[in-house]
This record gives sequence, structure tokens and C-alpha cells, in this order.
Amino acid sequence: MKRLIPLCVLAVFVTAVQVAVTAAGQSFYLTQLTMAAYYTIVVIGLCMLMGYAGQISLGHAGFFAIGGYVSAALVTADFSAFARSGIGHAFVKAGFLALGKDAYGSAVALLNPCLACAAAILAAVAVAFLIGVPVLRLHGHYLAMATLGFGSIIYKIVLGTKVFGGADGLTGVPPFVLVPGLSVSGAMAERVPNYYVAWFLVCAAALFMHNLVDSRAGRALRAIHGNEEAASAMGVDTARYKLGLFVLSAVFAAVAGVFLTHYNGGIGPSEASIMKSIRYVAIVAVGGMANLWGAVAASVVLNFLSLRGYFGSYDEAVFGAILVLVMLFAPNGILIKADVWAKLGKRIHH
Amino acid sequence: MLSSASREYRMSFELLLQYLFSGITSGSIYAIVAIGFNIIYNTTGIINFAQGEFVMLGGMTAVSLSAVMPLPAAIACAVVITSLVGALVEIACIRWLRQPSVLRMIMITIGVSILLREAALHIWDEKVRALPYFTGNECSSISILGAHMSPQVLWVLGVCGAMVIFLSIFFRHTLTGRSMRACSSNRMAAVLCGINAKNMVTISFMLSAAIGALAGCVISPLTQTQYEIGTPLAIKGFTVAILGGLGNTTAAVAAGLLLGIIEALSISVVPVAYKDVIAIGILLVILFFKPAGLFGNKETGRLSEF
Repeated sequence: MKRLIPLCVLAVFVTAVQVAVTAAGQSFYLTQLTMAAYYTIVVIGLCMLMGYAGQISLGHAGFFAIGGYVSAALVTADFSAFARSGIGHAFVKAGFLALGKDAYGSAVALLNPCLACAAAILAAVAVAFLIGVPVLRLHGHYLAMATLGFGSIIYKIVLGTKVFGGADGLTGVPPFVLVPGLSVSGAMAERVPNYYVAWFLVCAAALFMHNLVDSRAGRALRAIHGNEEAASAMGVDTARYKLGLFVLSAVFAAVAGVFLTHYNGGIGPSEASIMKSIRYVAIVAVGGMANLWGAVAASVVLNFLSLRGYFGSYDEAVFGAILVLVMLFAPNGILIKADVWAKLGKRIHH
Repeated sequence: MLSSASREYRMSFELLLQYLFSGITSGSIYAIVAIGFNIIYNTTGIINFAQGEFVMLGGMTAVSLSAVMPLPAAIACAVVITSLVGALVEIACIRWLRQPSVLRMIMITIGVSILLREAALHIWDEKVRALPYFTGNECSSISILGAHMSPQVLWVLGVCGAMVIFLSIFFRHTLTGRSMRACSSNRMAAVLCGINAKNMVTISFMLSAAIGALAGCVISPLTQTQYEIGTPLAIKGFTVAILGGLGNTTAAVAAGLLLGIIEALSISVVPVAYKDVIAIGILLVILFFKPAGLFGNKETGRLSEF
């Protein structure tokens, strides 16, 4: 039960912020807080990958973009030719395809966002698996450069491909109806429910990772982080655990991409840029590697400030400076873990 | 019939030559960036992710200075200023760290590269600039075997070749160069011999910043300079460094030319938008299958050769 205290604190805090912001009549803040929540899901996955498996990834914006772009391309595409075919009819009957009319009055068949979401996650899993098998054999500089290379390939592809809208990105993404009456969209009236959907996902992701750390797999991952050779010698299948966590963190990023794309109604190539990937790494560094709650806190604060535009034209410079300063003066993060505080307290008492 | 066929053959031969020259030009810049990586890697074991930013800084500074002084003086000043920036980076972020982990160094140099890029954005702006052509102008061309090119191509090849020769003489025959090599082969032993290893690291940063800046100046008339050019150059430079085997300068030259030519030829096959994807794809393939590089086995991949 004690392990769940941070989660409860987070839930109470999230609710309190919503109540306070709404009571103050400034509910526009909720939009940025919702977006910050989705970025936080990426950060949670990356935090586990960097902190526990000890693997740096400079390409996680790539997985976010795979999620967002695949689902956006699928839900905005017109499947009316397919709907007329035999299998297409079955799809329409099953509710996978929705027949309707577009703005010009011509008939269109749109894919159910649930299916698009599933396809996007599958795409991310497939890419993460294909990239992960060779990449995770690398160490240090080689691993960093390989993931950076992967990220910039995704960026170049979305920028240069017509299906993904090139430099304009994709727009006109419809709401994602989760259950009747609750949908992920940027509509003003649904601001509060969307805020809770986003934060529910953050809590679920954090809880999942929190439990993973205390499981057999988590112990194996910590052993790998401590000393990969030693872990391997003790019979830990290091390659499998590293790959598993890599794929899992890619899924987190892809889910965040799908939801944020529906929330914003579109996605642009900047979401896939190298700078975005580095931003996630910087946030994990501030929170402290292997410090889940620290990373969540750092992510909310920094993303919120950045999205509100407090850093102005120095936005990227701020993240660069944060990365340099944290790594120079506090390589373990500025938000020290609770048990370290406890230890410090004991030392003072003695 | 025969004559038209032979003309077509000649055309494609000239086209091929044209592609080759453009490939060698960009390849020689990649080689200089890769050598910059190698110099720092050999003395410190660090991959300096900010290497591409030195090329950008050199070009941008020279463009600004060329407004107030003659071109050669502007380039010389730009090289000196960039090498001072290199020294500053080393003294501020690396010199005083005690046995930093690789992960930490990667993140610090990435952060530095963002800061340099953003500083360039705020000092200058996001506009694309270029130095004037060293000889002639953008219309003048010389023809070699029927292929037409700018005289600036010869400047690029000449300057890059001169830099490689200068570096090999520097590392073999000067006291400073030999001290740097001593540090890279065994730092402890070098320190015991009275070499100031820390200063050697600073010099290696200055040297690699200086050659990057000079490369940025000679390429500027052809490819233009903008605050964002650093990161793609760094990725390609790293690709070349890996292709040749990390730390091996001679192989970096060969690998640089190879990558440049592959890229130039690939334009005739794939859309230009995917040009960078080819280079990065090569990087990934090499990393996955032959991380010691094309020109080395595992042993020489680890040995540092200047």
C-alpha cells in the first residue's frame, strides 16, 4: 500500500489543480496541462528505458510520430472504394468503417479510430522490434548515434512523404470516441473530461511501470543497469529484457502520439524532430534517471511552461541549457529520490 | 544511329563525372568533420556531438566579418574565433569533470550543440547566408573532361587536402602533436612523462573546431550557411568516422569520399527529399553489421591512429 502513495498524491494533485483552475475561471490552462500529460507518457517510458535498462534513446519522438501519423493518416483517409468490396461490406456492418459525407457532399468511408489506434500501436511495435534487435546490441556512442539516426530517418520520411502531408502535416483528425459521451477531441466543452482522460492514462502508465520495477523483470533490468556482464553471467537474458522494455517504451510513445493527435486534431513534422527527442531525454535527466515520479514532475512543469510559451524564442535554448547544467552539476537529477532524502536524514541524526 | 548512341553515352559519362565531382566535394567536407570527431575521440574517448556546430560557426562568423575586412582575413579570424569557442566549451564543460560516464558526456555535448545553434540563431537570424566565391563568381565554371563545375570545388578539394597533410605532419613531427598521440595511447604514461594531458585535450578541441571552421568557410559559397546546418553535418561526419573505423584519420578521408559519391549518385535514383535517409541508412547498416568500420578489424577499430 505504501508504494501507492505517490500515485495517490498525483491523483489528488491532478484533481485539485482542475478544481482550482476551473474555480478561478482560467480553464484554458487545462489545454496545456492535457498536452503536457500526453508528453509525460512518453517521458515515463523513456525514463524506464534510460534509468532501469540503462539504454539511451535519442529517437523516441520517432515512435511518438509513428503513433500520431499512422492513426491520423488512417482516420482521415477515404476508404469508400474498399467499402464497396465484399470484405468492405463486412467492415461497414461490424462498425469498423463509418459511411458519411465530406464537406463537399461526396460519400466517404472513414475508418474507426479504435482500429487506427490499434494499427498505429502495431506499427510502433513492429518498428521498435526491427530497430531494437540490432540497436540494443550497441553501447555508448554507437547506441546514441544509431537511435539519433533512426529518429532523423522518421523525421525525413514524414517530411518528404505526401501521404503524411509533408511540411504541413496532417489536419482534420476527427474526435476519438472512447465510450458514448466521452471522446478525445479539442472541443471547448470537453476540456475537463479530456484533462481527466489524459491524466488517467498517465496514472495507468506510471502504475504499470511502478509494478514492473518490483517484478522479476524489474529486478533483471536493474541488474542489467548495474552491470550487464554480471547480470548475463547470473543467467539474465539481457538482450530479451532490454528489447522488451524498448518495445514497451515505444508503445507508450505511440499511444501518447495517437491521443495527442486526436486531441489537437492534427500532427506536424516538428513532433518527429530530433529536438523533440532530445527534449524528452532532457526531462528525464532533470527528474533523475530511474526516478519515475521525478520524471513525471519534471515533465509536467517543463512541458507546461514550454507550451504556455514562457520561454519565448529561447524555448530550445532552455532545454539545451537544462541538459548541460543538470549533467554537469547534478548527473543524478535535481529531484532526488525519497529514499535518498531518508538516508540523508539518518546521516544528520547520527 | 551510331553517332546518336555514342552522344548519349558521352552525355551520361559527363553526367556521371558531374555527380562524382559533386560527391567528392561534399565528401571532403564530411571527411573533415569526421577527422574533427576523431581528434577529440582519440584524446578523450568522447564523441563531440557539437562538431557540426563548429562548421556552422566558422561559416557564419566569416560571412559577418567579410563585410568589414578582406576575405582571407575574415576567414582567418573566423577560424581563430571558432577555435576559441572550442576551447571555451572544453574548459567549461569537460576539463573539470572527473571520469564522467559516456552517457553524461553524450548529453553534455548534445546540450552544447543546442546552445551553440540557438546562440547562432539569436546572434544572426534564420536567414541563409554565403561567403563570396573565392575566385570568379557563381557563373564562372571550369570544365574537366567535359564536366562543368565551379572553381570553388577546386578550393574545397585543395583546402581539405592541405588540412589532411598538415594534420598528419602535425601529429607525426611536432612536439605538441606527438604529446597528443602519447595521451591517446596511454594517458597515465603520458602524464608520468610530464605531458600536461588536460591541456592536450583543450588543444584537441581547438584543433578540431579550427578545421571544422575552415571547412565551413570553403564550402559556404557552394552550399550556403545557416544556423541549422550543424546537426545533419554531425550525423554524416559520424557516419564517415564509423565507416572508416572510429579514430582512424586516413580511413576517414576514404570513407568521406565514398559517402559523398554514394549520396551524389543516389540522387539520380531516389527523390532528393530522401537524400539524407541514404546516409543515415548506411550508418545504421554499418553500426549493425560492422561497427569497427569498413577498413579495420575489431583490434584496429579500438586502436587510435591519427
